[in-house]
Amino acid sequence: MKGLGTSPGIGIGRVFLYMEPKLEIKKDSIKDPETEINRFRVALEKCCNEIEYIKNLTIDKIGKDKAEIFSAHRLMLEDPEFISAVNEKINNENINAEFAISEVVDFYISLFDNIEDEYLRARSEDLKHVTKNLLRELMGIEPTNLMTIKEKSIIVSEDLSPSDIAQINPNIVVGIVTELGGRTSHTSIMARTLGIPAIVGIKGIVTKVNHGEDIIIDGSTGDITLSPTSKVISEYEIQLKRDLELKKIMSLVRDKKSISKDGFRVEILGNIGTPKDVEKVIQNGGEGVGLFRTEFLYMNSERLPSEEEQFEAYKEVAEKLGNKSLIIRTLDVGGDKELPYLNLPKEMNPFLGYRAIRLCLDRQEIFRVQLRAILRASEYGNIKIMFPMISNINELRESKKIIEEIKEELKLSGISFNENIEVGIMVEIPAVAIQSRTFAKEVDFFSIGTNDLIQYTLAVDRGNEKIANLYSQYHPAVLNLIKMTIENGHKEGIMVGMCGEAAADENLLPVLLAMGLDEFSMSASSILRSRYLLKSISKEKVREKLDELLNLSSSEEILRFIDENILINVKNENQLFGG
Amino acid sequence: MISKEVLLTNKTGLHARPAALFVKEATKYSSDIQIIKDDKTYNGKSIMGILSMGAANGDTIRIQVDGVDGEIAINNLIELLNSIVD
Repeated sequence: MKGLGTSPGIGIGRVFLYMEPKLEIKKDSIKDPETEINRFRVALEKCCNEIEYIKNLTIDKIGKDKAEIFSAHRLMLEDPEFISAVNEKINNENINAEFAISEVVDFYISLFDNIEDEYLRARSEDLKHVTKNLLRELMGIEPTNLMTIKEKSIIVSEDLSPSDIAQINPNIVVGIVTELGGRTSHTSIMARTLGIPAIVGIKGIVTKVNHGEDIIIDGSTGDITLSPTSKVISEYEIQLKRDLELKKIMSLVRDKKSISKDGFRVEILGNIGTPKDVEKVIQNGGEGVGLFRTEFLYMNSERLPSEEEQFEAYKEVAEKLGNKSLIIRTLDVGGDKELPYLNLPKEMNPFLGYRAIRLCLDRQEIFRVQLRAILRASEYGNIKIMFPMISNINELRESKKIIEEIKEELKLSGISFNENIEVGIMVEIPAVAIQSRTFAKEVDFFSIGTNDLIQYTLAVDRGNEKIANLYSQYHPAVLNLIKMTIENGHKEGIMVGMCGEAAADENLLPVLLAMGLDEFSMSASSILRSRYLLKSISKEKVREKLDELLNLSSSEEILRFIDENILINVKNENQLFGG
Repeated sequence: MISKEVLLTNKTGLHARPAALFVKEATKYSSDIQIIKDDKTYNGKSIMGILSMGAANGDTIRIQVDGVDGEIAINNLIELLNSIVD
């Protein structure tokens, strides 16, 4: 069986079938409204106290911001309109609290459903859940207590509420399976935070399993195996053991510096596309952000982002990173990346066209707004500016001149910013790599954008299926250009980093290290693996082989050379990688 | 009684997080706080009320306060609304 895996990991245990009893609300007439209103009030208080208890439990076990949901629940229970509406119904219609409540809630839910808003739909779910608890309290129905589960279990249920999950003990509950939900529902989010494998979206699973039955789930693939054979169980157990070992080792390097076996230090950073992504980079031990793509502000919108909007976004990330570097790349759109409201002309050759810095220098009103926002935000962290797709020295000089003009503007307005803000460029056009000695004199750092550097150097469109196999980060020309860039950068005393995918390539890590790359920026999920791998690589030993490698004639020869002469040593050190 | 008009400029209007922040602030004051939109009145201290109002980006709402701490209340609430971007 298969569902949507929303929290990775393997769970081996027994089914704990969690079914909620359906609540039967009957309309009863009551004799004394005042007693009934009091009954309602007492139940409300009890529910509020329970929510406080579970909220504190969640803060301790999971974290403060995941516990915010319970504050929202409390707001609902304490809502004056809600309470007076129920009291009025009880008084005027002489009906029982349960029925009064369900009628008032139905009214609100229909109001919410009429407004097309995703947030409200989620609030609608919350309201239903809060009401269920309130009604159970009134009717004296005990909910199943998930804290009493004693053996390694996987909860199977139609749905789980935040308060259900808050009560789970992750050492006993090793997996969650629900019929409802998606990647962003409470179940998935909290399961990921707790590190419990979860699979959602399997309609009817509740009728297909038996309480106590053996079950194995894989939260990465969404596979579920019921009553597995002992052979299958031992296979999964082996995988589970490896996963746990890997996790433990990764967490060991999380807060450590990025150092090679022979003591050479580099920095491993994260690439992000929106402010939210920075959390994951920090959680995975990133030493900063080597590439903050700013296109998200411009895309999926009907108009250009304002200076304020941009400023808030840059400031948010800068503050979260503290004094760790944040390299912000200026607008890199045009060509294949659509911005409908700019009315850019359709081009025959978008990759070689009117885009990125070319667009920005031509439409300076756009460029200046972004640079103003970045400079203002520089006051709140360690921000550096990076220009994409520079192809000649004049573009760089003009861009830097504009920055100086903006600095003057801000000074005149009395707005503070980092006067010594570092300015660098992406090295992605071969001309810049070849001319890197000259460029290195006029920038504070380089960041090699291998994705585009490879495309331009080899004249290969990676997206073109017919020739995509010609694209290779192991091509001798590419590696030689990278080496040239790093060496020239160092001759002028500047930092050279890399933010393309090659930075996370395990095969290239030793080679790049040996070439002297100072900074590796990659997606958050690759950071720990790279730092761990780095510990078993000796920079000096690889450097001895570098010349021979760079003189090989093809990608295939280079990859084989790496495998047979460099990685072989690394693999022997590490049982886990390739072992 | 004091009343002032506010243009909602944040992205989601008085939905989502802004609504919760507004209610949390409003409940600090003893004054009566009402929001008027399209001739309908809503209780500013009621999260349900505000959410069901459906005030979006670009809408104009009128905040009306009545009580001892009315002036502080309305000023703080307007400052809050102006400081929210999302």
